Amino acid sequence: MTWGRSWVRAVLPPVVFGLLFVAAWEVFVRAADIRAYVLAAPSAILRETGDRFHNIAVATGHSGLNALVGLAVGTVLGVLLAALCGRLALLGQTFAPLVAALAAVPIVCLAPILNNMYSLTSTIPRREVVAISAFVPIFINTLRGLQHLAPVHAELMASYAASGTDVLRTIRIPGALPHFFTGLRIAASLAVIASVVSEYFGGLKDGLGSRITDNVKATDYPAAWASVLGAVVLGLAFFLAALAVERLVLGRQAAGLT
Amino acid sequence: MTAAVEITGASKTFTTRSGPVHALTDVDLTVGRGEFVSLIGPSGCGKSTLLRLIGDLLQPTTGTVLVNGKSARQARLDQDYGFAFQQAGLLDWRTVRSNVELPLQLHGVGRSARRARAEELLALVGLEDFGGHRPPQLSGGMQQRVAIARALAESPTLLLMDEPFGALDEMTRERMQGELVRIAGETGAAVVFVTHSIPEAVFLSHRVVVMSPRPGRITDVVEVPLGARTEDTREDPGFFAAVTAVREALRGRPAGDVGQRLKDVRSAL
Amino acid sequence: MTAGVTRRGLGFLGRAALVVAGLVALGLAWEGYKAWAPADGVSVGGVRLLPRTNDAAMPHLSAVWDVLQEEQVATTGAISFGPRPTVLHGLVEACGHTLGWAAMGLLIGLVVGALLAVLMDALSLAERALLPYVVLSQTVPLIALTPMLSRWGNGWGLLGWHWTKVTSVEVIAAYLAFFPVAVGLLRGLKSPSVVHRDYFTVTAAGWWRTLVLLRLPAAVRHLVPALRLAAAAAVVGTIVAEISIGQPGGIGMRILDYSQVTGNSAKLYAAVAGAAVLGLLAAAAVTVVDLALWRYHRAGASS
Repeated sequence: MTWGRSWVRAVLPPVVFGLLFVAAWEVFVRAADIRAYVLAAPSAILRETGDRFHNIAVATGHSGLNALVGLAVGTVLGVLLAALCGRLALLGQTFAPLVAALAAVPIVCLAPILNNMYSLTSTIPRREVVAISAFVPIFINTLRGLQHLAPVHAELMASYAASGTDVLRTIRIPGALPHFFTGLRIAASLAVIASVVSEYFGGLKDGLGSRITDNVKATDYPAAWASVLGAVVLGLAFFLAALAVERLVLGRQAAGLT
Repeated sequence: MTAAVEITGASKTFTTRSGPVHALTDVDLTVGRGEFVSLIGPSGCGKSTLLRLIGDLLQPTTGTVLVNGKSARQARLDQDYGFAFQQAGLLDWRTVRSNVELPLQLHGVGRSARRARAEELLALVGLEDFGGHRPPQLSGGMQQRVAIARALAESPTLLLMDEPFGALDEMTRERMQGELVRIAGETGAAVVFVTHSIPEAVFLSHRVVVMSPRPGRITDVVEVPLGARTEDTREDPGFFAAVTAVREALRGRPAGDVGQRLKDVRSAL
Repeated sequence: MTAGVTRRGLGFLGRAALVVAGLVALGLAWEGYKAWAPADGVSVGGVRLLPRTNDAAMPHLSAVWDVLQEEQVATTGAISFGPRPTVLHGLVEACGHTLGWAAMGLLIGLVVGALLAVLMDALSLAERALLPYVVLSQTVPLIALTPMLSRWGNGWGLLGWHWTKVTSVEVIAAYLAFFPVAVGLLRGLKSPSVVHRDYFTVTAAGWWRTLVLLRLPAAVRHLVPALRLAAAAAVVGTIVAEISIGQPGGIGMRILDYSQVTGNSAKLYAAVAGAAVLGLLAAAAVTVVDLALWRYHRAGASS
């Protein structure tokens, strides 16, 4: 009973707010006779999504694949380099500040450079932009996790005369896992964003980003909004997938939404 | 003259997911002006809940709580009491001095008057040289003394203290107890003091209120007829007699009269 | 063991030297790859896996340096006297514009985010209704919306003020910046411990004074990391918005322009480096704010 009530308390307000928001949007667009190039009505966006479902799904697939491949590469590189930097302090002190600086830099700007280096018709530049974007939070969080060793645990392991490998296996890696997954959640969202936005910088026209710009150029705004909807769904899917993996590995309690 | 605290028929029931919890049932308690009363009992006996009812941090389910003859809420709004918690609860970004000034600032006292009062209070708790420090630079005992100075800032007629020395080591704790007795005497404030420690309760109090859990209630009140407290009080036979009486009461046996028990001890010697 | 000793033994200069050494190593790797790999990259089965190394794709680092000194080709055709502006001048100017727009966006985002956080903190219903969207909004590519705003520029105005393309750019930057601020500040406003909140209750401090004297100071610890994210997001948002809205004058458009000039990739590299410097400047600005707020760093940590 009480459980059901608290569930309602948590779920009802956002659902009601969301419905009211969309309804107000629709009414506003209709009542004020807003042109589609300023704001498209939700009903028009939905209609457009239905009409072009196949095209949007294909574009979402392309952008999603770029994001997935880039995320995988960035994650592997991030973990490997973090492990290396955790083991070799000198290397860590050299590269950790550089990666921290990279976090402040607009990485998507690399897209035109990479287009130059490979070719305009290649998906590799995009995937590399995604990989670099994903690499940053994975590296930073994993390294933080590996370097964090509670004094009480350090003393405990010292009292056992445990070797460095034992400490790594029993304390550092399990301790780093939650940090890694925090990084993965951030990286998953960044991957989709980087994948879509890198298309704004030119190159192959097969994903959601180029669909959006093309639709806007053709002044077909509801269609552009429909593609944005595809990007939102893609971003949610990546985030929820990362969250699911985290819960699977760490158990239910450990993973929080924020 | 009205009592500092007057509680009649107070109960507090919390509703939780697993049903109602009776934290406190049918409590009557009167604390006179300038009287030092300790609340003691095992975890879950409702002693902190009782203190929070007096401080208007919680409201009773039934019954009334009067502070200085007013409702607890009015007394809080009028700032008739000072409150000290188990953690010092200082603001780390303010200096020690401006932590003590905080309640005065909240209630619109001018800057120079605030400053002067803070210096006075820091001298009272023996921290006059630490006004410019920040709380993290102080030891736990010193932080707690700052919190007491802060609670005394507006010369309250009542001090509410929730295990303020709970986190301190035994030596610091005894020194703080001595200082608290002195301060309470100097300011003439009534004190309601929650503690887990029997010797602490006995050393500080005129009366020790013994509570027990499930449901939380007052089971006994032990009078402590020891005159002015000094460090020697801790080795006084009467002190041990009172400690024994409180311990017995906590075990659920009638405490009897400490004065009588004291006479028995003296005659046995 | 030795690693631990090394860590303690290194001062600020030592660590700075390491970072410089790291940068030099990356530069050497760049030039080394350029010298070693074939000009057309390495392809396996028709897919180019390793990049081209010709000057158009990977210029010598010295070429990027040299191009900064080159004269900027006048785009307006106006005859100017005195020293002609160099590429460096042009880039600094473009970065200045972008930085101004990003700062304005960050400022708007800060105000809106702070108001939203205080609202959610004060009204539990508002928090329950809005927070899920604020959290989810961080996980979806809302930056994809930017091209939608491209036409807002030639529309409406109010009391002599007109919505221009720059307004759209700033709104996008603000839009990306306000989410981290709202979430971080909300967490911070809720961070005071029970003992601190109880203290402000027993002193009858009231909502406003509790906000100003307790919640906001305690929130600084959470706000600064959020500000770091917001500043970076504002810069990225501004650059992407410039490109998708078509606002000339900033570093984003400069990158897009240079990327379409074939044969002189050094300019493109210089422009991208300018964008990177911009991001670092924004981060440095947040660090200055962070240092100025030092006394709030340990807020409520120990006592």
